[in-house]
Order: sequence, then structure tokens, then C-alpha cells
Amino acid sequence: MSDLGTAAAEVAPAATEAAPAGGRSRSLAADAWYDLRRNWIFWVASALVVLVVLMAAAPALFTSADPTACDTRRQFAGPAGGAFFGYDFQGCDVFARTVHGARASVLVGVLAVLLTGVIGLAFGMLAGYFGGWLDALLSRIVDVVLGIPLLLAAIVLSKRLAADSQGSGIASVVIVLGLLGWTTAARVMRSSVLAARSQDYVAAARMLGAGPWRIMWRHILPNALAPFVVVLTITLGTFIATEATLSFLNVGLRAPAISWGIDIATAGKHVREAALPLVAPSLFLTLTVLAFIMLGDAIRDAFDPKLR
Amino acid sequence: MVRFVIRRLLQMVVTFAGATFLVYALMFANQNDPIQALAGERPVSDAVREVLTERYHLDEPFLVQYGYYMRDLLTGDFGTTLNGRPIGEIMADAWPNTVKLALLALFFAVLFGVAAGLVAGLRRGSVFDTSTLALTLVVVGLPIIVLAPIAQLIFGVKLGWFPTTAGARPSLYGLILPALVLGAASTATMMRLTRASVAENVRADHVRTARAKGLSSRRVVGVHVLRTSLIPVVTLIGVDLGTLMAGAIVTEGVFNIPGVGSKLLLGIQTEDGPLVVGFVSVLVVVFLVSNLLVDLVYALLDPRIRL
Amino acid sequence: MTEPSHSWDTPTAEWATRPGRATVTVPSSGEHLLDVRDLRVEFATRDGVARVVDGVSFHVDPGETLAILGESGSGKSVTAQAVMGILDTPPAAVRGGQVLFAGEDLLAVPAERRRQVRGQEIAMVFQDALSALNPVFPVGWQITEALRARKGVSKAEARRRAVELMSMVQIPAAAQRVDDYPHQFSGGMRQRVMIAMALAMRPKVLIADEPTTALDVTVQAQIMDLLAELRAELDMALILITHDLGVVADVADRITVMYAGRIVEHADVHTLYAAPAHPYTRGLLASIPRLDHRGHGLRSITGSPPSPLAVPHGCPFHPRCPYAQQVCRMTAPPLLRIGRLDRASACHFPPEALDARPI
Repeated sequence: MSDLGTAAAEVAPAATEAAPAGGRSRSLAADAWYDLRRNWIFWVASALVVLVVLMAAAPALFTSADPTACDTRRQFAGPAGGAFFGYDFQGCDVFARTVHGARASVLVGVLAVLLTGVIGLAFGMLAGYFGGWLDALLSRIVDVVLGIPLLLAAIVLSKRLAADSQGSGIASVVIVLGLLGWTTAARVMRSSVLAARSQDYVAAARMLGAGPWRIMWRHILPNALAPFVVVLTITLGTFIATEATLSFLNVGLRAPAISWGIDIATAGKHVREAALPLVAPSLFLTLTVLAFIMLGDAIRDAFDPKLR
Repeated sequence: MVRFVIRRLLQMVVTFAGATFLVYALMFANQNDPIQALAGERPVSDAVREVLTERYHLDEPFLVQYGYYMRDLLTGDFGTTLNGRPIGEIMADAWPNTVKLALLALFFAVLFGVAAGLVAGLRRGSVFDTSTLALTLVVVGLPIIVLAPIAQLIFGVKLGWFPTTAGARPSLYGLILPALVLGAASTATMMRLTRASVAENVRADHVRTARAKGLSSRRVVGVHVLRTSLIPVVTLIGVDLGTLMAGAIVTEGVFNIPGVGSKLLLGIQTEDGPLVVGFVSVLVVVFLVSNLLVDLVYALLDPRIRL
Repeated sequence: MTEPSHSWDTPTAEWATRPGRATVTVPSSGEHLLDVRDLRVEFATRDGVARVVDGVSFHVDPGETLAILGESGSGKSVTAQAVMGILDTPPAAVRGGQVLFAGEDLLAVPAERRRQVRGQEIAMVFQDALSALNPVFPVGWQITEALRARKGVSKAEARRRAVELMSMVQIPAAAQRVDDYPHQFSGGMRQRVMIAMALAMRPKVLIADEPTTALDVTVQAQIMDLLAELRAELDMALILITHDLGVVADVADRITVMYAGRIVEHADVHTLYAAPAHPYTRGLLASIPRLDHRGHGLRSITGSPPSPLAVPHGCPFHPRCPYAQQVCRMTAPPLLRIGRLDRASACHFPPEALDARPI
């Protein structure tokens, strides 16, 4: 392995020195973008993401029907007109509900990931850079949070938050996910920071008098960012799936919010009478989750030097 | 090795204490009306109020309450549900089903995941590799709340290969479909991890040395590549147990298996506070202990970390 | 265009023996134990095809030590791996030449025969013992793995042999350490383990790829001495691959210098050091810091080695050569004999290099 590495490694750096021809010099980011551009998975995933975000932001673009205009006389009716997936147990337009359901999922996912990102960044950066007792303390906290599987903790916490507040629960779910899902992001950030901290350029910066915050912000963060972003992208997908699961179990979002999880739960109970009400939210949920996971995977593969 | 075990045990105790405290605090701390919170949205009569106050020591400071709770937990007394049924009894009924389901799911995951990952890792870029990669990607992205009902619909209702519900005393055959569903995500992640691990290790220096010794391909792969590739997979089993536990809640609900997951779900839906906390605490313990076991196995497999 | 290099005939019996070294046994039929002829290896990279080994020839016989000297990227390790047959064949591809072991061309035989020879007749020791040894198996197990798997030696007997081999490479307390893991040894000891492992099958040729590069200087000397002793004791042929001129002087009988995938000079060790016949070799020797040159600046060869994707036209060294002329830019110099039977240089003007001020 070292020999191929030597041969291949000699190809790149030597090219930047004496010989003008034979190899373009590339930064890691440029190399990654080159790989990413040619990866069809990246394009498909990105297209799906754009589609879902669009659906969340402007559902009117996709359906003119009102998801709350439910008429029980149309219960389990088949597809008609703009209602591509027919009508559900309560006579609501399945397609319209599904399209509008995107908003809750995307909103919850994005907000929760932002919260997770902030917490994970802070924890990982501090633990990785300062090390010592701070690292030990933060690692123990991570252990405790990880000690409870995400869904279980989410269930318990959700119940608690639900008891304390009213409403459709978007805020609760965001808080639950954000507070419990940051551990992987923190660990990734921590190991990136640990790796970057021992590099020579950090020692050089410190020698030149840069304070810890400046070093963290300007020197370490840019290098630690790529795997962190990958984790956050994948976590977004996981959060959307978890929100749907919580709603499915009746501890997440609740009416009047429209969530794919809720729809799947109700449709599942009546699946022998009509399959379409189950298919639509399932399909959309799966594609959305897949899109984010695929996107994260593609970015990770593009940045991974071992896969060259 | 012994020091390693002791260290991990201590870590586990700390984590257990922290996690159970967290759960307990989430349920009971700083509530205006803890009794109402325990009962959820159902109205509480004065008589019941008195009984509950006494039973849960609600007239004492929070930390004392926690102390009582921990003492009870450690002596195996899980308390009773709001209806008075001993939680321990409910658990004893529910656990065997869940254990069977989970072990079966894990078995499928390791069997299919590792085997597929090994072949894919050795033949990177082949048809098998790309197709299984695509398939596992879809499976990973497929939330279990989607997979379970649809699998039940297709294989249970439409094709009739498996019973759609498992029933009160589920047979092994009845558990196969739920186990496949439950283990699907784990199979996918295990396959991908094995594949990545194998692909990386096949190019490793020590594998090159094994080839330089003139060993047969079968031995090089079967002994050298596999052994070092499986190490990260073992740790994945520990992580997966958490996902399995979470997934069990959904799977048992969909397939009607009377296990820990479905009881927990029922407790959530009937807002039975003590039951939820009791079950979650036990699950936390199981999770931590199994993680410890996995770490021990990891240390056994990789001599470099036995310090 | 490169003309094929010329291989030379068997050295005559007046080939010097130095005190302390085993007498070289020379096959009278002119057939060498290991004879590599015009080996070419290419790598397929994203930016094109890299000619990493471009027409390399050398040979070695029992009881002698050949050193292959070159900087990183000169193709020396790839050459060794091509001889062993352990290159990853995509992206690498052997494009030409012969690897004759006792007359049999290993590049032309079926893979199974190749595998038989590997480890058994030709063995290899790698640079970084920590990554080259399997971390999860004890060293004794690894040392005798080939014996057990290929020769059916019993576990008990294998263990005994492991201890024996470990003692042979001078690992103290071998009997107690035979079940230890690689990470429990120091660098020098690990390297000895690798050597023991390579010698377990009693190979006829041992290729040592930078065996001491990862080690401390004092340990380097010990390992080199060990290799020399073992070579003598077992009457093996030793091919030593290195970039370090200092390491080579005491151990090698002959030296082959590689640059940009080609051989640029070949000579016996005394002659090479005393009067190098190629500007590159001359530059390498001149760049060694010496006590008696105190007060003078450090000398180096300007520029860097070329990328295998863009080897300069003509002589690959010409951009850095102080003697370069028009012909050097146009035509690649063939490896031609100079003077004595066992000296060759790939330079259009070797006398220039020879006549230059002696070091």
C-alpha cells in the first residue's frame, strides 16, 4: 500500500515543482468537487433535496387542494383529478396532505440540525482543543447521552415537554432532537480537531502569538469542517426519520400539524381497506431521508483520500 | 486486561447513574403537580393522590426520591403501574419475546450483512458490489415505520408467506418477518462497514506481507483480511443494539408482538409514567451492559487495545 | 526512445573478495540465480500512464549483496514488488521484461507457480515493520505461518522453530517473547521479527526494501550487520533497496543506481564510491556532509526528481545535470559498459563524470 501510495503521491506533488506537464496540482477541496461533479448520486440527491425544500416552502406549487378540506363521504376514494393518491380514512386528499407534510419535516429537520450543529461544534471543538479535564468531562456527558438510545430518550423527553406545553409540538420535537442527537457530530468534530491540533501549522500559529480562539476559528475549523458537514447532512436525514417515528408513536407532532409520521400511522391501521394513503407519505418520507443520506455519503466519499 | 475491564465497569456505573438520573429527572423533577404528571391527563381522586404520595415519597426532597428510586431499581423492585400491576411481572412476560426477536434480527444482520460486505469489498466495482450498495442505501434510508407496515402488507397480507401478526406466544417462524424488518437497517450498515473495512484492509501492508509469504489467496483473505476487518464490525453490533431497541418499539407494535417494545408503547399511549420510566431504565441497563460486552470482545479481538 | 540496456557476462574469478565476506560462488554456466531483464512497470493514474519502472535489468547470485540505490519515487520498491509478484495489478501493470529465477521466467509462469516461488525461494522484508506485521496475531504465529500453512508443520514444531528463528535474528528472551504481539516490540526488534519471518522458509534470495529507514541510526547499524551475517551464514543472495548511501557502503558488493525508473549506473562498491561514472551518482556522493569539508557549504543536486508521468525527453537527469549537452536532451543514453566487465553507466559522457574532481 505504501508503495502505490508513494508512486501516486509522487505523481501529484512532484508535478507542481519541476515538470510543467503531467499533472495538475489540486487542493483537496478541488479534487473533492471534481469527484462530486461526476457522481450521479450527488446530482440525484441534490435534485431531491431541492424538490423537497421547494415543497416545504411553497406547497401551492404542487397542489392546489386544501389538505384540511376533508369530507368523510370521500373516505378511501381512489385517485381523482389532482388527488393522485386518492383519499384517506377521513376523506382528506392524500397527495395534498403529503405535500403539505413536507413543511413540518423539513422545518423540524433543519432547525434540529442547526441546534445539534451548534452544540456538537461547541462540544467537539472545546473537548478537542483544550483536552485535559474539559475533554474528560465532556466525554462523560457524551457517554451519558449516548447511554440512552435516541428514540427512547426522545420518547421520555417528548412526554415531558408535551406535559408542559400545548400546541402542535414542533418546538418540542426540535428541542428533543437537537438536545439528544449532537453526540455523533461532537465526536467527529472532536477527532478532527485533535488531528488538526497536532499539525505543524497550529504550532506555528501559536508561536506567532495567536490566541486559542483565533486558532480554532481560522486554522482548525476550516480543516475540520468537511466531515462535520457530512455528519450533519446525514443527521438531517436521521432527524426527519426520527420525527416521523415520534409522530407515528404519537409522541411527536400532533394535529393540527401535518406530518408524514402521523399519516403513516393512521394509514397503516387501515391498510387493508386502502393502500394508497400509506404509499404516498411512505414514499415521500423515504425519498427525503434517502436524499439527505445519499448527499452526505457522496460528499464524504468525495473527500475520502482512501477511496482514490 | 483486568485493568481494562475494571475501568470499563467504572465507566459503565457512571454512565448508568447519569442516564437513569437523567430519565428520572425528566419525568419527575420540578413539577408543579407531580401526581398529575404521573397520571397524565386522567383526573386523580384524593384517595389515589394520597396513595401515590406515599408510594412515591412525593412529600420528600427530589434527591431523596431519586435515592429511593435507585435503591428500588437496584434491588429489582420496579414498582407498580398506575393500575397497581407490578412492573416486574409485566417485564418478565415481555422480555423473552423481545430477546428472541432481537437476537434473531441480529443473527440475520450479521449473516447477510457480513457475507455480502465481504464479497462486495473483495470485488469492488463489480455488479454485485454496486447493486448491493444501492440496495443497502435504500434500506438505510427506509425508516422502520415505513418498512414494517409495507413488509407486513406485501409478505403477510398479499403474499401470505408469513403470519401478519405474531400472537401471544409467537413461534420462531412467526418472528422471522419481524426480525428481518427489525434487522434490515442493521444488515445494511453492517454490509457497508464490512465492505469498507475489507476494501481498506485488502490493500493494507500486513496483507501485502501475507501475500509475500506466498500464502494462498484463500488464507490471505480468510485469515488476515477478515480478522482485521471484523474488528470495527463488532463495535457496530454494540451501536446497533440501540437501534434495535428503538426499532423494536415500532416492529412489535406493527406485528403485535407482546414484548418490551409494545408494552412500552402502550405505557406511553396510556401515559403510565412509572411504567415508562421503569422500562426505560431497564433498557438503559441492557444497553450499557451489552456495550460493555462488545467492548470486551473488541479487546479480545484487537490486542493493541489491551493495556 | 530508450535502447535496451545491455546485461553483462559473468564476472571472472578475479572478482575481489574482501576479508570477512563469504567467497562469491559464481555459476559457471553464466546463469544467475535471479536475473531481471528489461523490466517495465506502468501505473494507470487519473492523469495518464506513469512509467514507474522503465527498462531495469540486474542480477544477483548466492552469497552476494546487491544494493539498489535511489531516491523516493525512483521505482526501486516497485521493481522489488514486481519481482515478488505482489503488485496491485490494477493500477499497476507489468508491461515487459523477464524475471528469471534459476532460468525460469516468473512473469511467464502461471500464478500458482509464481505463488510457490514467492516466500519459498524469494522472500521480502519491508520497511515499516509495525504496519507490515499483522497486529492481531502473535509474532511466533506469524513467523511460522508459512511453515504451517504451506509445509504442514505441526503447531508444536512450528513454535520451536519460531523460537529458533527469533534467536537467530538475535531477539533476546525469544522463548518468552514468542507469543507477544508486534506492538509490544521496539522498532529494531520488530524489524528482526520481519527478517526471521522472511527467513523461515530458507529462501535463496532475500529482498530487503528499505529495512532500516524507519529505525534509529544505531539500530540501523545493528540490523545491517545482522543482514550481512545471515547472508553469509545461509549463503543467500541479498538485494538491499535503499536511498541511504551510508548504509550501503559496508554491506553491498555491487551497487545499482536508479533514477526515474531506469538504471543510471552499476558498479562494485569500491569503484562506485571512489570514482562514480554518472553525474547523478556523483551528485549523491557529493551531497553527503563530511567532516573534512567543514567550512564549505552543503552541496545538493538542484531541482527534484521528475514525476513518472512526465519523465524528461532524452536523458531523464538532464534538467539537473551540470554536464548536460544538446545530445542529452535529444537521446536517452543507453546503459553501456565502461572499462571493466562489471561497470556500466547510462550517460553520454561518462569520462566527464569520471574526470571531474574526485571527492
